[in-house]
Amino acid sequence: MMHNNKKPLLIASAALLAASVASGASAATLDSVKEKGFVQCGVSTGLPGFSAPDDAGNWQGLDVDVCRGVAAAVLGDASKVRYIPLTAKERFTALQSGEIDVLSRNTTWTATRDTSLGLNFAGVNYYDGQGFMVSKDLGVASAKELDGAAICIQSGTTTELNLADYFRLNDMTFEPVVFDTSDQTVKGFEAGRCDVLTSDQSQLYALRIKLADPAAAMVLPEVISKEPLGPVVRQGDDQWFNIVKWTLFAQINAEEMGLTSDNIEAKKSDTNPNVARLVGADGNYGEAMGLPADWAYQVIKQVGNYGEMFERNVGTGSALNIERGLNALWSNGGIQYAPPVR
Amino acid sequence: MTHPASRPPAKVKPPFWRDPAKRALIFQLLMLGGVFGVLALIVSNTLTNLESRGITTGFAFLDNTAGFGILQSLIDYSEQSTYGDTFIVGLLNTLLISALGVIAATVIGFVMGVARLSPNWLISKLAAVYIEIFRNIPLLLQIFFWYFAVLRALPSPRGSLSLGEAIFLNVRGLYVPAPIAGAGFSVVLAVFVLAIVASGVFIYWNRQRQAQTGQRLPAGWISLGIIIGVPLLVFVVMGMPLTWELPELKGFNFRGGITVVPEFLALWVALSVYTAAFIAEIVRSGIEAVPHGQTEVSRALSLTNSMTLRLVVVPQALRVIIPPLTSQYLNLIKNSSLATAIGYPDLVSVFAGTTLNQTGQAIEVIAMTMLVYLTISLLVSMFMNWFNARMALVER
Repeated sequence: MMHNNKKPLLIASAALLAASVASGASAATLDSVKEKGFVQCGVSTGLPGFSAPDDAGNWQGLDVDVCRGVAAAVLGDASKVRYIPLTAKERFTALQSGEIDVLSRNTTWTATRDTSLGLNFAGVNYYDGQGFMVSKDLGVASAKELDGAAICIQSGTTTELNLADYFRLNDMTFEPVVFDTSDQTVKGFEAGRCDVLTSDQSQLYALRIKLADPAAAMVLPEVISKEPLGPVVRQGDDQWFNIVKWTLFAQINAEEMGLTSDNIEAKKSDTNPNVARLVGADGNYGEAMGLPADWAYQVIKQVGNYGEMFERNVGTGSALNIERGLNALWSNGGIQYAPPVR
Repeated sequence: MTHPASRPPAKVKPPFWRDPAKRALIFQLLMLGGVFGVLALIVSNTLTNLESRGITTGFAFLDNTAGFGILQSLIDYSEQSTYGDTFIVGLLNTLLISALGVIAATVIGFVMGVARLSPNWLISKLAAVYIEIFRNIPLLLQIFFWYFAVLRALPSPRGSLSLGEAIFLNVRGLYVPAPIAGAGFSVVLAVFVLAIVASGVFIYWNRQRQAQTGQRLPAGWISLGIIIGVPLLVFVVMGMPLTWELPELKGFNFRGGITVVPEFLALWVALSVYTAAFIAEIVRSGIEAVPHGQTEVSRALSLTNSMTLRLVVVPQALRVIIPPLTSQYLNLIKNSSLATAIGYPDLVSVFAGTTLNQTGQAIEVIAMTMLVYLTISLLVSMFMNWFNARMALVER
């Protein structure tokens, strides 16, 4: 894949400039988004199921839907999003420098990122864990047998760190082959530069279908880390932080209440007080965030509830065919849980 | 118009703003103050804003544990090393590829530049084709070409191409035996160093002798004999105290021996071949800048072709060649940062890539990286300027 490697430098110098020029550090993102008329959303450079352009060039995926949800809540129109593809290396600088309003790019929530980068994680839209993909003719059944393997990784990810920990813990050695984009790691894996491709498990399934012969590769059973993935915003703008956070919560709550994009129109006058509060028929929960009363209604109407979003992009309705697993609602044995709207 | 000679010109000291020297000084001071003022403003503003946004600043991160692996390291590096170590690893990898690239580009460039002027039609046209192809294709594409098209065509480790079961080549890289010095090998090394010194003395003596008597011995062959022959003799006498660690296929990959990773090979070939095309043109123009009369005169003095080239043409051509050659070296060093496109762990890929991302301290990391390139480039420039001054025509 052609990749312009000057980008991180450019973005970093833009960050320097922005940091030195802009004085009101926590200028209200909401106002600027309303003024521009669209949400600037940082996505991946192409990861099926999470953020990738389809045949017609429209961005699709679970991470893309998070941005569409925010646009629906803020502007009343889920299509008013401008997508900015970023490599793992570029993503945080792009957000810090104000080039994007929200980063929704399968980003793992970690202590360093949350506390020292001037960023806030607004929730978890996918609970993931790191795994390994190997080609079947390698004859390996467990990650414990990977001593001495050459491993393709994407640069600037938590994966890079977990991998080193795992191999050290199990007293094994490895040869890291580090690329900038996940496309490049797949190419390296296919060409035989490395024996193993490691990434979050969801990504492995997504990358596997990109292979020329997906059946020749398999994902090993071991999951070696916790990878809660979620949208990220700049620290210091609590209003915008709340908007992104509650957009996701609204979708999870909607699934719990059985509200879908199809039935929400009918349920608008539902007598259930929980539903009435969520759709804005009872009280105005958008006001405190600077949003219209029907913010959550718009999100669910246009993007759907969390379950719809999941099934459509990565679940049984998609080529990835991933089980809900940890990402099922708390009431269904998973850990997706949202505070109530009241 | 005339003035009476008796009246001396009135010596009124002009006010300081009318004095051009003082005025110039004042403006320069104001300008300097302005520049520093703006710089100070940018720095303080950046620091304030970073703090108000809750972004950590400072260089304390260099002491933190890095926790990630690096493909190729010239120093002892493990996952427990610090971010400061990743800086060193990246820097050394950059220096390695730059140094080897400069050497290879110079050799290929000189050969191609001379070949371009060869009276042999085939050789000269082959050199022309080489130059025009590699000079006119973007370097990044060439790097991808060598990496994806050439190296990826190699077999997997299990089907490696091998040379005498000692050297192996596959898609994971080039594996060569590593020498392991036994007892007494240091003696051989010492003799080798002595031989170099001795041949230096011999060449000096030979030159003096030629100046006095006009006779000369074939210094090149004799010193080559001293440098290679004597240590070899000692090596055999000491009982060949050197063993080789052969690379062996263990598990997935070859272990033991020395591994040259394909990322390095691809980048090295691409950088050398690309820059050499420019150097060839510089060499050609340098040689053509020496008037043909000079060659004719040296032929008339019955100097051989190689002596003409070595003693008459090249010393004069170098004056023209060195300044643009410096620029090509600087280009090569800076272009080595394209390593990040194929994952060779150079400074930009490791430090301004992974380390920047894991720590999030973009400003510090990028500033350090830029400073490194600036320093390397200035040092190379300085050396080349010194070399140029030495080579300059001394007019008598």
